[in-house]
Amino acid sequence: MTDSPAKTENAPGAISDFGIDTTSQSTGEAIRDYVARLRGGELGSLPALLGLAALVIVFTALSDNFLTLNNTANLLAQGAGKMIIAMGLVYVLLLGEIDLSAGTLSGVCAAVMAMHYVRGGNLLGGMGSTVFYVFIAGLLAAAVLAVLMRIWAGAALSLVAVAMALLGVQPNAWLEMLLAVCVGAAIGCITGYLVANIGMPSFVVTLALFITWQGVILQFIGEGGVLGIRNSPVLFNVANGSLSVVGSWLLCLIAAGGYAAVVLGEHFARLRKGLVTQPTPIALFKVGTVAVIAVASTWALTLNRSPNPDLVTIQGVPYVVPIILGLLVIGTYVLNRTRYGRHIYAVGGNAEAARRAGIDVKKIRASVFAVSACAAAIGAIVYSSKAGSVDPQAGGLNTLLFAVGAAVIGGTSLFGGRGKVAHAVIGGLVLAVVENGLGLLRQPAAVVNIITGLVLLLAATVDALSRRRAAAASR
Amino acid sequence: MSEPLLELIGVNKSFGPVHVLHDIDFTVRAGEVTAMVGDNGAGKSTLIKCVAGIHPMDTGEVRFRGKPVTIHNPKDAADLGIEVVYQDLALADNLDVVQNMFLGRERGSRWLMDESSMERAARETLASLSVRTVKSVRTPVAALSGGQRQTVAIAKAVLWDSKVVLLDEPTAALGVAQTRQVLDLVRRLAEQGLGVVLISHNMADVFEVADRIATLYLGRLVAEVPAKETTHGQVVELITAGRSGDLGLARPEAVTL
Repeated sequence: MTDSPAKTENAPGAISDFGIDTTSQSTGEAIRDYVARLRGGELGSLPALLGLAALVIVFTALSDNFLTLNNTANLLAQGAGKMIIAMGLVYVLLLGEIDLSAGTLSGVCAAVMAMHYVRGGNLLGGMGSTVFYVFIAGLLAAAVLAVLMRIWAGAALSLVAVAMALLGVQPNAWLEMLLAVCVGAAIGCITGYLVANIGMPSFVVTLALFITWQGVILQFIGEGGVLGIRNSPVLFNVANGSLSVVGSWLLCLIAAGGYAAVVLGEHFARLRKGLVTQPTPIALFKVGTVAVIAVASTWALTLNRSPNPDLVTIQGVPYVVPIILGLLVIGTYVLNRTRYGRHIYAVGGNAEAARRAGIDVKKIRASVFAVSACAAAIGAIVYSSKAGSVDPQAGGLNTLLFAVGAAVIGGTSLFGGRGKVAHAVIGGLVLAVVENGLGLLRQPAAVVNIITGLVLLLAATVDALSRRRAAAASR
Repeated sequence: MSEPLLELIGVNKSFGPVHVLHDIDFTVRAGEVTAMVGDNGAGKSTLIKCVAGIHPMDTGEVRFRGKPVTIHNPKDAADLGIEVVYQDLALADNLDVVQNMFLGRERGSRWLMDESSMERAARETLASLSVRTVKSVRTPVAALSGGQRQTVAIAKAVLWDSKVVLLDEPTAALGVAQTRQVLDLVRRLAEQGLGVVLISHNMADVFEVADRIATLYLGRLVAEVPAKETTHGQVVELITAGRSGDLGLARPEAVTL
């Protein structure tokens, strides 16, 4: 009997639990199951969602200005940059690593982008020849390292950055954004090589790079310098503009309809094939909730939210919403549906098991830093656009800690293996609400920092405790 | 006696100055459970790792179904149909049963894995092994008991149409009932025509499931005998002294590592 055991008939008389395998549950069972998992320490983003609701209620009660349309749209744009950086950090955190340099790295990308715009495409003139050649050498080194690690996308993006810098392409907002992402990818490849191939702890590597990139930004922009990008309509509108009313409803249709199509399509396909599925009412409930939220928020954001409605009209969904939704979809798709994503979870859960399964652990470890750096570059585009300029503090201060905080508050574990891109969005919203709400209450920076720090501490505590509980439950 | 699936001839292995395996000749037969016993440091795990391609052999020949083959890395071993279930199982806690079983060999394209095909194959394999275990193949491994994890690890090894399965101490950390499950499973693997190698310290387990017992003593294979023709006492003597009556080494006292 040498045929595949998968084809072998079940031995008569042998009762298999998989024979009565419950592929579907009743709604009640599913809810009880969920509660049991919560008790077992798998909290996911529930604490963050509850916290978000509580914060919104508190700030609405304390400040008349908090739950206004204008402030809500503003809050989204304020938090978007850090939220996007946090999305990339989720990939790094999934491996149990950390990227402390993501903040200042994003600042470097922002500085290069802004310099390209301000200097009319002449980076050589902007940087001075020595710095420019060192910059090019760094990009080339990144490309070589990426090839050594066989991260082809990283190598390609690094070379694109070299080409754009050397050719001195004319200023064009779209090309400048591409340049920022390419520079980010190159830097990420360097970080990844140092962590994965040299084998230094990511904490040390990225701490060193955090300081290095801070210096690089200062070198690029100059002490007290500011590179304004307010005059570029495209760059400025990324975080300050909004979709038209028609566009907003179109986005709503695509988002809610797309979500419904994917969730229900997969649900019924799995039901038909007799695979493990969630109960149909729960799938419908999820789709319904998303649709209601999408329609309600689109309706609210398409009202005129200008403080002086007679003079100017501000309406439509801010551009940052489709940007974040798009990145959320891409990031989630990669983690859940592609082999690469599956391997990231595996390496984060048990690196030795992954290695024995033939997964190139080093490559995965290096690549997440490149992913994180690309996301940081996109985040840099958004927050620079919101500020309208890039100064030597770009990406510095607490940008990074806010981003890490967002991911952790949302429910991504600092210990690796557990996390979703959506966590970064939820956690980012929590922090944006805290920052914005305390600002409206005219609290001094001291209070804002103390409270933000405590929220992060609380999230990390929940993470550690739930992990301990999960470990105890599995014994 | 059935055809030899895997034959090792004159295998030597040293780690630096330490000569761990001395001229090992070892055969795995289809449809049989071969138990490998020996004291700590006798070289059991090293031998397994050589077969699995984790450690390269210094000298020696490997034949698979009579044909000479070379095993340089774990992938070579997997391509031949040799699967190893390690003592520490090598499962990722955060992934579910299906995801673990297909780890590193996911079906579907790089950009879109074929989840339904994987789930169905995983369930069929578990069912074919008459596994009495978890409720759903989508349960995360973190939520499984020790015996269930062992079962998943073994099922993972079987999934690949494998010919030889090497089990490193599969019952070491298990309770009575769970040990029972795993031993039944080991027996069923052999009944399905696979060559099974079982490393164990537990004599009761060995005598219960093994067809043949191979004893390692200080890096030498001192005896490979049918389980029915040996007694418990003989095997213990072979393990501790390298000799028992006519069996084993002629002058075990002269043997050093």
